[in-house]
Formats: sequence, structure tokens, C-alpha cells
Amino acid sequence: MYEHDVIVVGAGGAGLRAAIAAHEAGADTAIVSKLHPVRSHTGAAEGGINAALREGDDWELHAYDTMKGSDYLGDAPAVETLAQDAPDETITLEHWGMPFSREEDGRVSQRPFGGLSFPRTTYAGAETGHHLLHVMYEQVVKRGIQVYDEWYVMNLATTDEPDPNDRRCHGIVAYDVQSGEIEGFKANQGVVLATGGPGQAFDHTTNAVSCTGDGHAMAYRAGAPLEDMEFIQFHPTSLPSTGVLISEGVRGEGGILYNEDGERFMFEYGYANNDGELASRDVVARAELTEVAEGRGVNDEYVHLDMRHLGEERIIDRLENILHLAEDFEGVDGLVEPMPVKPGQHYAMGGIEVDENGQTCIQGLYAAGECACVSVHGANRLGGNALPELIVFGKRAGRHAAGEDLGEPQIRTGYDDDVEDEEGVDLPVEPGEAGLDTTGGVAADGGVTADAEGALERAVERERERVDALMRKDDGIQHAEIRSKLQNAMTDYVNVFRTGDGIRKALSIIRECREQYQDVYVDDPSRTFNTDLQQTYETRNLIDVAETIALGALVRNEFRGAHWRQENQIRDDENWLKHTLISWDEGEPSVFYRPVILEGEEKTYEPKERSY
Amino acid sequence: MSTQQQEPETQEAPEDPEMKGAESPQQRRLKEKEQGLADEESVDESDLEGETVHIKVFRYDPEVEDKQEPRFDDFHVPFEKGMTVLDAVMYARDEYDSSLTFRHSCRQAVCGSDAFFVNGTQRLGCKTQISDLEQPVRIEPLPHQEVVKDLVVDMDHFYDQMHAVEPYFQQEDLPEGDLEEQRQSRENREKVKMSTRCIWCAACMSSCNIAAGDNEYLGPAAINKAYRFAMDEREDEEIKEHRLRILEQEHGVWRCQTQFSCTEVCPKDIPLTEHIQELKREAVKKNLKFW
Repeated sequence: MYEHDVIVVGAGGAGLRAAIAAHEAGADTAIVSKLHPVRSHTGAAEGGINAALREGDDWELHAYDTMKGSDYLGDAPAVETLAQDAPDETITLEHWGMPFSREEDGRVSQRPFGGLSFPRTTYAGAETGHHLLHVMYEQVVKRGIQVYDEWYVMNLATTDEPDPNDRRCHGIVAYDVQSGEIEGFKANQGVVLATGGPGQAFDHTTNAVSCTGDGHAMAYRAGAPLEDMEFIQFHPTSLPSTGVLISEGVRGEGGILYNEDGERFMFEYGYANNDGELASRDVVARAELTEVAEGRGVNDEYVHLDMRHLGEERIIDRLENILHLAEDFEGVDGLVEPMPVKPGQHYAMGGIEVDENGQTCIQGLYAAGECACVSVHGANRLGGNALPELIVFGKRAGRHAAGEDLGEPQIRTGYDDDVEDEEGVDLPVEPGEAGLDTTGGVAADGGVTADAEGALERAVERERERVDALMRKDDGIQHAEIRSKLQNAMTDYVNVFRTGDGIRKALSIIRECREQYQDVYVDDPSRTFNTDLQQTYETRNLIDVAETIALGALVRNEFRGAHWRQENQIRDDENWLKHTLISWDEGEPSVFYRPVILEGEEKTYEPKERSY
Repeated sequence: MSTQQQEPETQEAPEDPEMKGAESPQQRRLKEKEQGLADEESVDESDLEGETVHIKVFRYDPEVEDKQEPRFDDFHVPFEKGMTVLDAVMYARDEYDSSLTFRHSCRQAVCGSDAFFVNGTQRLGCKTQISDLEQPVRIEPLPHQEVVKDLVVDMDHFYDQMHAVEPYFQQEDLPEGDLEEQRQSRENREKVKMSTRCIWCAACMSSCNIAAGDNEYLGPAAINKAYRFAMDEREDEEIKEHRLRILEQEHGVWRCQTQFSCTEVCPKDIPLTEHIQELKREAVKKNLKFW
């Protein structure tokens, strides 16, 4: 057994920032990650970091833009914390040597991004995430923080009191991918989940193969609710054949979208008469698919993004990486022809429900970054707001886990007297675990009520049994088949345009996937670097996460931000100024709601029509 | 076990090379795209249309009896327009043999996980088009590194060398005051730009003859990392001198014999050899200063 004060799961931007903060607060900190830190998907972020650094801008404008972008589903305390802390945290990165793009006077550059009232997106070429990730890893090396890389975290070691609010997380169970060794990691003070997004629940995604929602699923099964999972951002500019992302920076610098007839459709068809291409991402994604649906798509599949008029010099200076991506993954030279683009799954606004300090309703369990929902992004994330979230809330979670006092949070977590139950949604199938696990425990995946050692030992034992069972079995179905079926169902039915019937169809297919998973087996007999075993674990996580996305999409019968429903194409503030929460209750999801917090420090954000 | 002591290859076809599972999402997308773009296809690719691609993949697992002797397995993968080496091995794994093991993650050449030895050259699997390669395509783990299993090599030595150059910004004297940033000229940012693009894929280290013969040689990636800091004007002159002292040690920059193999294989086009040469000059200048 390994033992540390704070254990951070995942080594992308949020995980590294949390680890640095916990270390600086004096905690013995370790990072456990299935990838070596520099392989993390933060490295693929292109655009930049929103921060109010300059005269004429201030954090209140950033907060206002974010709240409007969220379609009034962000919680004001979270949104204001982000906007207030982002400038300092961005400058800290500069002090750590981050190679930001520069102005003539040597100061860091900022550029316009969709939905922003001021050009406050601080960037390093079109590879901001790459630099942020590497700079942060450099700081981890500098501080000598221990990294267990290529250790796959299988589960949390949590006590199993009947009410999740009474539970405590004492650590994790992980296996060394290289050797197959399964071990417990005891966390004396806290576990911070920073496992990134669940993009692999979808077929066409900009996310890495590693983005499998592991943290979401572990927290969910331990009893922490998942919040606003129906809000999935589809990025308007991904390459059609692979889903590789073309940064919003292209439009920020002046790139133009055209349909097959060469019309600048964002204006010509009135999707966004003021901001055009720089309208919020959900607006542009729907516009593109509408163009395709109405027969004006190129090859009936995509639209064109043209940046040729920016000129070679400016493109090379600010968007060079885009030229490489378009060439390598679509065979298109962005200097001589427009690039084909279409919407692709990009980001999950929802996630593990946490407060401003990153804490879940389970004591000692934290989450930060894309896997968490504070909620900053509400129903739609603005471009350039993901990276500041990593550094602002990663730091807060790390500090709080290490025992620093950050004040009383205003955001509440867990099932309490603040929530309202969902009454009677019409479900096509029984959601939740198929053939309930026989190894027991009230928290379907947790331990037993016990002290730290007891909870951890029990959790390790369960994972060893699970691996033995998967390896012993020598026929059945393989995870790849189930995963592919799940991804297709989500992209077919829980995409940009959603209908009740379609979502019900998806839920039925997810149920089939669950039942098939009962019969899953791992063919590779080796304990050495068994990616077959790892992916089989990941696929189970994807099934749980996909189900929460579909369930959330089904119950929320309105159109808000990234979530559009055919049956009710209006934002219904009367009924839906509230977060969707789904919690794993003895193996079955239960749905409840918590009101959104629109009261900020000094003002209340009144919901207004969101036009761009 | 190292790829440098390979057994003569045996050619074992998978049990049922004709076996085809359900269409993968990637396949379907590419097919749709291909249909849409049929008239725009390049000559090369239409030659391959409807064909299968023959790949020979290195296999080794110290734990599994019939894989303890290294061998090559043959896979025949249906070709789709735009197919990369990574797509091909993923297809082989998902459809034919789930024990086929390799690292991969982002699929877009930023995570640096999938550097393989493809037809005798270090390349990133995800950005190498199958249609650009001669068949059968031989896919092996990176040479000069211990093989863990199949295409997975032990990266510890590479990481140790990266860490040996103190790969972190060391300027302690920072501007005072709220939100005060350090200034950096555009020219200086441009100077270090290419060096900051390294994705730690280890292709360069694997291609380097010197690194193969001298296990303590820092290697091109680590020296490039040091270059990234040594040339950054935000660090003081004395920190630069400290960095140059690390680089001019016995297993540092002077080991490089300017063969350019690292520069040739770098998937991010970093002029590694030039950076090493420039650091040699800087080291000489520094030493002259004290004369």
C-alpha cells in the first residue's frame, strides 16, 4: 500500500495545478495517472486562456460574458471566482516561463474569441494547451512531486454509509499498467479527481482516446451526483474525417465560414447578425448543421472555414499549428484552400458536482477541470474558459484538500433540503446496473463502513476479484464491440439536435450495452501492459457516463445553450433555471434538481435573451 | 529485450485474416467521406481503394509463452482514404487481436505517445499516411529502447535524460506588482518557438547513433529542452551559464556529431541539430569570457 496526504488522479492541467497547490500548502502530494503527464489531453487545447488583464477590461465583464454564454445556468459564485482569479493565475504561468505570444512592447498577447466583449483570450500560438501542460509539468519536476505514471485508477476507496453526504473517501485503488500490480493508495487528507472529459462516449469527437470519463464514473458510483450532464459542447470546427480540432482562434483572427454556395451563412441566413462567426459555439454548430440539413452543406456533410485572406504572415505567426493539422489530418493546405469543418463533440459542461473549493458531497473527495461541474460553464462553455478553469479551480481544490481554509462555500452539494425530486419521467427501459453486483456493499462500487485501512483493503480486494474474473473468462463479448455501439448511439441520437424519441432509443441501446457488458471478457492473458484490460474498464465507465448524459437530455425538455429539444425549442426560465443532478442510488440512477445561483457578490444576473 | 537483437522474423497470419467485425465509426466516417469525395481523390489513393493494406507488426510479450520469442504478425486491414498507421494498428487490434499493444491517445500529434519504427524510420503513427508507404508496412517499436511488449518501449531512460537538464524556468527575480509580467520580445519568442514544440515522443533519441552507443548522452530532446530555456531572454545570464555548464559536460553537446538523424525524424520539424550546434558555440563563448 502507498500512502500520501493528497492524491491527485490525472495529470492534465487541473491535476498538475492541484498537485502544485497541495504541495505548496505543505501536503505530501502524489499524482497517479494512466498517462505520463505530458501525454494528457490538455496538450491539445489550442485557443487560449480568458483573463481580464488589460485596461478597459475587468473581471466583472468576464463574469458577465461567461454568465450570458452559460445561458444563465452557471452559478454566480463559481463564475465570479473564475473571472477574479484568472488574471493572477495566468500571470503565474508567465512567471513560470510559459511562451505566450507577445505584443510589440513585450507583453503577452490577447485576441478576440466567441462570446467575449473584450479580446481577453491570452494565447501561445494555436497551441496554448500544449505549452500550459508542459510548463506545469516542469513545475512539478522542479518541486519533486511524486508521479505514478501509467498507473490506471480503477476505483475509489469510500465508506458506504447510506447517505452519500456522510461518506468519506480514504484513497484509491490503481494498477501499474506496466506490471499489472494492483495496489491501494491511502490518502490521509484528500483525493482530487482530475480525469478530464468523457468525449469517447461519442463517435465523432475532438477528444483523445483516453478521455473515457473515469473520474466521473468512479465518483458517481461512490455516491457523488453528476451535474448537468446533458450539456455537451459540439465544437463548430472539427475536421470531418477524424474529429481533429481546428481552433476557434481561426475565427478569432478573422476566419470566415461559407456554405456550398459560397454564402457567408452566419450573416446571410441570420444565425448571428452581430457576431457572425464569433457567436457562441452552440449557435455556430447549429447553424452549420442547419445549412447541411437544408442542402447547402459541402458534399452534404460540412461547411468551409476560410482563412486565406488573413495572409501567410499572420497565419504563420498566430495559427501555424492549424496549417499542420489541416495538412496532416485532412490533406488540405489552409493557405491555398478553405478547410472543411463540421461540429464534433468537444467538451462536457457538466460533471461531478463540486463547490467553489472543488469538494464533492463526499468528505475528502474533490474534482477539478473538465470532469468537475462547479458550475462555471452552465449550458454552454465559452471558448477560452476551459484553461482558466483548470488553473483556478485546480489550485483551489489542491489547497483545500491540503487543509487550507478557503472560506465557507456558497454552492451546496449532495442530496439535501435544497433539491427537488424529478417526478415520473417516462423511461423506455430500466436504467442502471444490469444484474446487480453480487459482491455487495451499499455504495454499489464502494467499500463497507470502516476505518481508512478497512475501506482501502476491501476496495483493493474487490478490484483484484474483478480483474481475475475478467481474465479468467475466455469467451463472451469484447469491449471494443460494446464501445463502438455505445458511441454510435450517442452520436446518432444525443447529438446537437435532440428529440425525446431519439434519446429514448439511445437509452435502450445503452441498456443493451450494459447487458452485453455482463458477458465481457479480456482476451489478452498477460499482466504486462494489458491495454485490453484497461480499455475494458474504461468501457464500463463510458456506459455509466453515457447513460447520465442521455437521462439528463431526456428530462430537460427545453432549449438552453448546447442542449436543444425539438419538442420545446425555447429557453424555459419558468421551469428550468435549475441544475440536473443524477445520483447512483444502489445501482440505479435517481434524478433531482437544484436551483441555479444567479446572485453574485454585488449584483444579480438577470436572465436575458442570448443574442449574438 | 531490445529491438536491436531481433530474431529472424516469422510470418504468422492471424487466425482468420478475413474476419471482419462491425464497421468501426472511423471506417464509416471515412467511407462516407470517400463516397462524397470520390472525384477529388488522388491517383495514389484510388489505387488502394477497396484493397486491404498489409501490415507486419512486431510482437513480443515476456509473459506469454508464444510471444516470448519476438515475431512479426501479418494483418490485412481494409484501406480507407486518409488511413494512418495508427488507424491501421487500431483496426487490427479492435477487429483481429485485442492483445496487440501500443501507446496512443490524442490522434493528432500532440501527445507524443505513438512514435514507432515504420519501414525503418521513426515516425508518429497518427500522422503517417498509409498511402505514402511501401507495403507490407513494417511496424516495430522504437529502436535503442527496451521493449516492454509489442510496440511499447520503456521510456524511463528518456524521461531521466529530460529531467537531467533541469527542465524548468529558473528566473527568481520577477517583476513586482499586481499582474506584472516579464517582458519578452517577439524576436526572442520566435527564437525559442520551435524548441518549445517538443512533444517528448523520443523519435530523435531513438534515431541517434551516439545515444545508442553512449547511454549517458543527454540526447537531442533533452538538449533541445535546455536550449528552450538557455535562449529565453527572461532568464538571467548567470542561469544561462549554469545551463551551459550542464550541457558541456562529458555526455552533453560535444557528443553530437551532427549527423542530422534527429532533425530528419522529428515530427514537429524542430531543427534539433542546429540547436545543439548553437549551444556548442554558446558554450565556447562562455568559456572564452573567463580567459
